[in-house]
Amino acid sequence: MSPSRALCLAAAAALSAACAAQPQAPEKSAATAKAAEPAAASRAPFSSTYSPAPSPPTLIRGATVLTGTGTRIDDGDVLIVGGKILAIGSALAAPEGARVVEAKGRWVTPGLIDIHSHMGVYASPGTDALDDGNESTDPVTSQVWAEHSVWPQDPGFEAALQGGVTSMQVLPGSANLIGGRGVTIKVVPATTYQEMKFPGAPHGLKMACGENPKRVYGGDDQFPSTRMGNVAGYRQAFADAKDYMEDWKEYDAKLAKHEKDAAEGDEDTTPPQPPKRDLKLETLAEVMRGNILVHNHCYRADEMATMLDIAQEFGYKIAAFHHGVEAYKLADRLAAEGVCGGLWADWWGFKMEAYDGIQENIALVDYPKGGCAIVHSDSEEGIQRLNQEAAKAMTRGQLAGLDIPPERAIRWVTANAAKALGILDQTGTLDAGKMGDVVVWNGTPFSVYALADLVFVDGVLLYDRANPAPKPRSDFQL
Amino acid sequence: MRKLIPIAALLLAAPALAGAQDLLIRGARVHTAGTAGTLQNADVLVQGGRIAAVGSGLTAPAGATVVDARGRPVTPGLFGGVTQFGLEEVSLEASTFDAELKLTAPAWQHMWRPEFDVTPAFNARSIVLPVMRVEGVAWSMLSPLAAESLVVGQGSAVSLDGRFDAALDGSKTLFVNWGSDAHDASGGSRAAQYMLFDQAIREVREPGSSGPAALLLPEGRAALKSYLAGGRVVFYVNRASDIREVVGYAKARGMKPVIAGAAEAWVVARELADAKVPVILDPLENLPGDFDRLGARFDNAKVLHEAGVRIAFSQSDGFHLRKNRQLAGNAVAHGLPWEAGLAAITSSPAEIFGVAGSRGRIEKGQAADLVLWSGDPLEVTTVADHVWIAGNPVALRSRQTELRDRYLERLRPGSTR
Repeated sequence: MSPSRALCLAAAAALSAACAAQPQAPEKSAATAKAAEPAAASRAPFSSTYSPAPSPPTLIRGATVLTGTGTRIDDGDVLIVGGKILAIGSALAAPEGARVVEAKGRWVTPGLIDIHSHMGVYASPGTDALDDGNESTDPVTSQVWAEHSVWPQDPGFEAALQGGVTSMQVLPGSANLIGGRGVTIKVVPATTYQEMKFPGAPHGLKMACGENPKRVYGGDDQFPSTRMGNVAGYRQAFADAKDYMEDWKEYDAKLAKHEKDAAEGDEDTTPPQPPKRDLKLETLAEVMRGNILVHNHCYRADEMATMLDIAQEFGYKIAAFHHGVEAYKLADRLAAEGVCGGLWADWWGFKMEAYDGIQENIALVDYPKGGCAIVHSDSEEGIQRLNQEAAKAMTRGQLAGLDIPPERAIRWVTANAAKALGILDQTGTLDAGKMGDVVVWNGTPFSVYALADLVFVDGVLLYDRANPAPKPRSDFQL
Repeated sequence: MRKLIPIAALLLAAPALAGAQDLLIRGARVHTAGTAGTLQNADVLVQGGRIAAVGSGLTAPAGATVVDARGRPVTPGLFGGVTQFGLEEVSLEASTFDAELKLTAPAWQHMWRPEFDVTPAFNARSIVLPVMRVEGVAWSMLSPLAAESLVVGQGSAVSLDGRFDAALDGSKTLFVNWGSDAHDASGGSRAAQYMLFDQAIREVREPGSSGPAALLLPEGRAALKSYLAGGRVVFYVNRASDIREVVGYAKARGMKPVIAGAAEAWVVARELADAKVPVILDPLENLPGDFDRLGARFDNAKVLHEAGVRIAFSQSDGFHLRKNRQLAGNAVAHGLPWEAGLAAITSSPAEIFGVAGSRGRIEKGQAADLVLWSGDPLEVTTVADHVWIAGNPVALRSRQTELRDRYLERLRPGSTR
C-alpha cells in the first residue's frame, strides 16, 4: 500500500471526496490531511518543492514598462523586494542594499508564459529514450501526468529562460483524445521536476480534437478513426467519471451513516467498502469539480463548438483551446464564454485542419470584449521568441485596422496566459504583491532584434545577457 | 469526385500577373544585395521585366508606372528556402504531397534513384503560392524529401509568380542525406554511407560492376554521372566530423558540395571557407536536437560569415517560407552584419544555386523581382507594401487575406471592446 493510499484511508472518515482527489490537489490536501500524523511531516506526493533563493531588493529604473494589465508607463520604475513586486511607478526610492538596474531606453515586461510546451517530455536531444510525451497506447489516458515524464536536464529550459520565459505549462502530446495532466512549472534550474513546479498551480488536462487521435488510432484500425468516434470517446470518458463520482458519493453517505451509527453505540454497524480507486476517472472527476483546467488542442471552429457543448453536457469549463487556427471564426463565442485561445502567429498548412490559418487570428480573438488571446509555442524554437510572435500578430492586427498597442499585445504572452493556467493571482502582471517574474529587454520586445537583457524569477536574477553563466545549466550540455 | 476546388480558390490561383509594364520606383533605400551595397534615395527602373537601371534621378519612360517609395526600403525578391513548398498542398495529406519517392521494391533498388527529380511536380497554380508571394518571397528551392534514403533525388529553384515554366535555368541540384538522418538507409552505420556511395560511383564508371546487386538503374547512372562532373550536390548533414569528412569525400569525387542543415558547421568554418563550400542553415537552431547537433548555437551564421563562408538561410518547413527574413533578423541580433543577413536570403542563395545571373541582387540586367517594404525588411513588424516578380506587380491577395476579410467583417458589427 502506498503512503498516499494509507493517508487516504486514514482520513477517509471525513474526507473521502478530497481523498479521491488527494493526488490532484496535493498542496490543498496536505493541509487537510494534517490530522493523519504519520504523514504530516512529509509533503504531499508530487507537490512542489520549489523555493526561490534569497535575492536582494531590485530597483529597475527609468524603463518603458508594460505592466501586463494593458498599461504602459514611460520612464517607469519597478521595485522587487523579497522576491515579490513591491511597487511600480516613477522615481521610486531604492531600498538599502538594493541592486539598481538603470534601464533608460530599455523595456520591462512581466516574465513571459507559454501555456503549451513539451519541454522535458519531448526533450532535446530527440532520442528514442527521451520520447516521453504521448502515452499513445489508449485514446483516453487521463491517468498519466506529464510531470512524470519531464526531464529537468532538457537544455531547452535554459534557452526558454533566455527568451524571457519564466513559467510554462508542459503538456502531454496530442495523440490521445484525453492525453493526461499537464504541469505548470517555473523556468528554473533544477534536478527534479518538483523543484520546478509552480506552487499551487492547478493541473491542466490535455485533450485533443480532430486529426491526431483519429490518425494515431484509426491508422491501426482502432477506435477512434473518425471525428464522431472522437466525440463518443470524450463523452464516454466523462460519463464514466460521473458514475465514479456517484459511487464515491454513495460511499461517503454510507460511511457517514456508519460513523454516526458507531458513535451512537451501534455495535453491528460495519464500514462500507470504498470503490476501487481509478486514476483515470479520478482526473476527470477533478476536472468536473473545477480543480483541473482543460487545455484543448483543437484547430477547427466547428470542433471547438462541439467541445464547448461537451463541456456544457458534463459541467466543466475549457480554460483554453490550443492551436485554434480557426479560432477567429468563433471569436465572439470564445470571448462570451470566457475561453482563451492559445494560438500561433502564422503556423498553417501542415495539415488539413490547419488549412484556414490566417495571420490575424490572434488579433481577431483578442478583439471582442472579454477576448482572451494567447501566443503559445508548442515548439522548443518558438518558445524562445514568444515576443516576436506577438509582434507579428500585433502588426497584422494593426494592419487590419484594430487598435493594438504594445501594452495590449504583451498580455498575449503574459496576463492572458497566466489566466488560462490559473496563476494570474500570482504572476503574469507587474501588480504589487505578485511574484517578481520580470524581464528587462534591450529595447522594445516587439522586434526581431529584441533580446532579454535580464530575467528575474521570483526576484532572483537567473539570466544576465552581459554576464552569462560560464557553463550551461543542463548537466547534459557539460 | 471528392476533390472539388472552390471557385474562389481557382480565381486566386490564377497568376497574379497584371502584364509586364515599365516601372520606376523612386526615392527608395535600395538594398542591392550586391557590390553597390545600400543606396539612399535611389531609383530603380524596370523595363521588359528586367532591371534597366539603378541610380539617382532616373527618368520614367512614357507610360511607365511610377511608385514613390518615400524612403522606404527596396530589396530583391526574397529566397524562401530549400523546402517542399510547391510540391505539397497540405503536408499530411498524402495525395497532395509529391516530394517523396516511395516505390515498392526491395530497398536496395528504390533507395538509389538519383534520377528522381521533383521539378515537374511543382504546382505553379498551388493555392499556397500566393500566401508566400504577398510576403515578398519570389523564389525558392525545391528539394525532394526522403527520410529513408541516402540519395534523395533532384530539385530546381523555382520562381513563385505563378508561371508554369517556373524552374530556373542552371539550378538543378542533387540532394543527399548524410549522417544520422540517413542511418536507416545505410544499414545502421554512417560509415556505410561512404561505402555505398563508392559502390554507386563505381557503377557509374564501370556499369555492371555490382552485378545483380546494383544500386543504380541505367537512368540513375546517367543522372549521377553529371553530378560527378562538377554538379551541385546538397548534403543534409549536421555533425562537424561528418561535414568535414563528406566535403573532402565529395570534392575528391568531382562533386561540388553544399552543406545544408549544418548545425555544427561553425566548428569547421575555416575548412569550409578554404574549400569554398557554401552552407545553408537555420540560424534559429540553437538546441541539441539530436546527437549530430550537440554543438548547435545561435552564432553559427556569424562564425561562418566571419570565416568567409557563403551562407544562406532556410527552415525545413515549406509553410514557413515567409519566416526566412525573421531568421535573417535573428541572425543579425546574434552578431551577423545586417548586409550579410540580407544576402543570406537574396544574393547568397542565388549564387549557391546557380541563378545569380538572373536574380538575388538589384542590378542592371537582373530579373525585376523587387519588394518595397514598410520598414526594415528583416524586422517582424515590417510587411511588404509592394511586390513585383519579373517586373509584374503581385496582387497582394491570397486565400488567407480572403478569409481574413470575410471574418473581419463578421466580427466587427456590435462587438466592440
